[in-house]
Amino acid sequence: MSDRLSVFKTYKLYVGGKFPRSESGRVYEVTDAKGNWLANAPLSSRKDARDAVVAARKAFGGWSGATAYNRGQVLYRVAEMLEGRREQFVREVADAEGLSKSKAAAVVDATIDRWVWYAGWTDKIAQVTGGANPVAGPYFNLSSPEPTGVVAVLAPQESSFLGLVSVVAPVIATGNTAVVIASEKAPLPALSLGEVLATSDVPGGVVNVLSGRTAEIAAPLAAHQDVNAIDLAGADEALAKELEIAAADNLKRVLRPQAVDYFETPGTERMTAFLETKTVWHPTGSLGAGGSSY
Amino acid sequence: MPSTAPAAHALSDVTASDSTLRRFLHGLPGVDAVGLEARAASLGTRSIKTTAKAYAIDLAISMVDLTTLEGADTPGKVRALGAKAVHPDPTDRTTPTTAAVCVYPDMVAVAKEAVAGSGVKVASVATAFPAGRAALDVKLADVRDAVAAGADEIDMVIDRGAFLSGRYLKVYDEIVAVKQACGDSARLKVIFETGELSTYDNIRRASWLGMLAGADFIKTSTGKVAVNATPANTLLMLEAVRDFRAQTGVQVGVKPAGGIRTSKDAIKFLVLVNETAGADWLDNHWFRFGASSLLNDLLMQRQKLATGRYSGPDYVTVD
Repeated sequence: MSDRLSVFKTYKLYVGGKFPRSESGRVYEVTDAKGNWLANAPLSSRKDARDAVVAARKAFGGWSGATAYNRGQVLYRVAEMLEGRREQFVREVADAEGLSKSKAAAVVDATIDRWVWYAGWTDKIAQVTGGANPVAGPYFNLSSPEPTGVVAVLAPQESSFLGLVSVVAPVIATGNTAVVIASEKAPLPALSLGEVLATSDVPGGVVNVLSGRTAEIAAPLAAHQDVNAIDLAGADEALAKELEIAAADNLKRVLRPQAVDYFETPGTERMTAFLETKTVWHPTGSLGAGGSSY
Repeated sequence: MPSTAPAAHALSDVTASDSTLRRFLHGLPGVDAVGLEARAASLGTRSIKTTAKAYAIDLAISMVDLTTLEGADTPGKVRALGAKAVHPDPTDRTTPTTAAVCVYPDMVAVAKEAVAGSGVKVASVATAFPAGRAALDVKLADVRDAVAAGADEIDMVIDRGAFLSGRYLKVYDEIVAVKQACGDSARLKVIFETGELSTYDNIRRASWLGMLAGADFIKTSTGKVAVNATPANTLLMLEAVRDFRAQTGVQVGVKPAGGIRTSKDAIKFLVLVNETAGADWLDNHWFRFGASSLLNDLLMQRQKLATGRYSGPDYVTVD
């Protein structure tokens, strides 16, 4: 056929809405399931992790302050963008996980549906987890869920795309911001997801994607005093234990790794794991002899 | 006409008249803008790590003029700032104090009380800061007021309008008058507002003009305009103080102000100082940072070095 040289893509990190290389300048080789070279991905350092936390913290005020309805619209927009890049993700998932075209397509479809599923939850989670509480006094007592803050997410190692979205979407749906460590072996779908997020109204810094050695990047994140929670989905048992000890220092919320079938419709657990309950007491006014003053 | 106050040095004759002063200032070598910026950028690439970094961070903390110059300043805010200057990190008493707090003249008395007994100085901006658009009498009254309230240092602004229209002797006389108003009790920092001087040549001229007039410190900017301290303009001023000491034996301090927000930036400035003016200036008597948010970043970096964990804004004060 033609003797045109194909253009290789330089995969880069996604931090603060931009696409930097690793601060360290390092890369590592990413191969497909058979061991053939696919691309070089950035090998992030702890400084990249630190920069990502700064970006996530900066984005937190705006994202958590946006109305739940607006967050839902933005997340739905992500699903629209994913749909447009379906072919690319099918190819990347097939390469990364050694799946056939049709199986990879099923994974990508499930992933896009997962975004839509969580997009729908943004303005409903408060009804499910919040509420008006009966109290013995002349008060309204209301509980409402609030996002925890900056969440470090260790994406699952095996499910490079469906698993990734299944852990990232619930974190940001409720208004948290995330620093995501992509699957060490198969980071390319995660890095491409960054490109989708950049073009879909998600403010820069809400999701930050790092690729590299999970253990190397996770350690400073677990110890970081400005990270409020950590999802250990992508950690093995030994690493999870070590990170949980480090995370205890500033009382981070920790979601331990668990066996999950990512094809199954999830519950609300991954959302509620990163919510705080705010309780508000509001006086109803005096209850006079005649009953309520209202 | 020019007073005799600072005239003890070798260059006293250049301030004899407007024309000699102009001839001298315009006779200074022109600045190679590209070379200057390249030099500043290349010095910014030095890698300062571990013990050198710990030293640099403590030195930078000790050089901070912790500043609040807002219309909304209250006595409470100034007291809080004073407390922070004395104990920048209350969880770690080995942290050095900052050099000074910098406030408006009416807050000097409050600030003085807040830092009493700590060695932290009180600096006050004066002379119709930040614009400097007032009659000389008003400016001098502003200075005397601050000095009477106990200010250890006065940060004055030059009349940029006079400077840019070439009336150098007017600028000179004004600095001399302010210096006299400071008396022996207060050191004088002269702010050029480099962002309004347009060219590097003008910054060099202003530096020499300020030093000839008896400035104890030359300071880049007010922090109230778009362009404040940059590595390049600070490098230029450091060259000026170095050359001035070589010619006259008088050492003058430098204070970049505004826009320096991270420890990384601050350490780059310290490299500039060491490589340009020399180690004699690596002391808060001769070099300062005019900053407010910089201190928090320095403290977070300090905590990181001490504990090995990245710190966050929850662990420093909000101000």
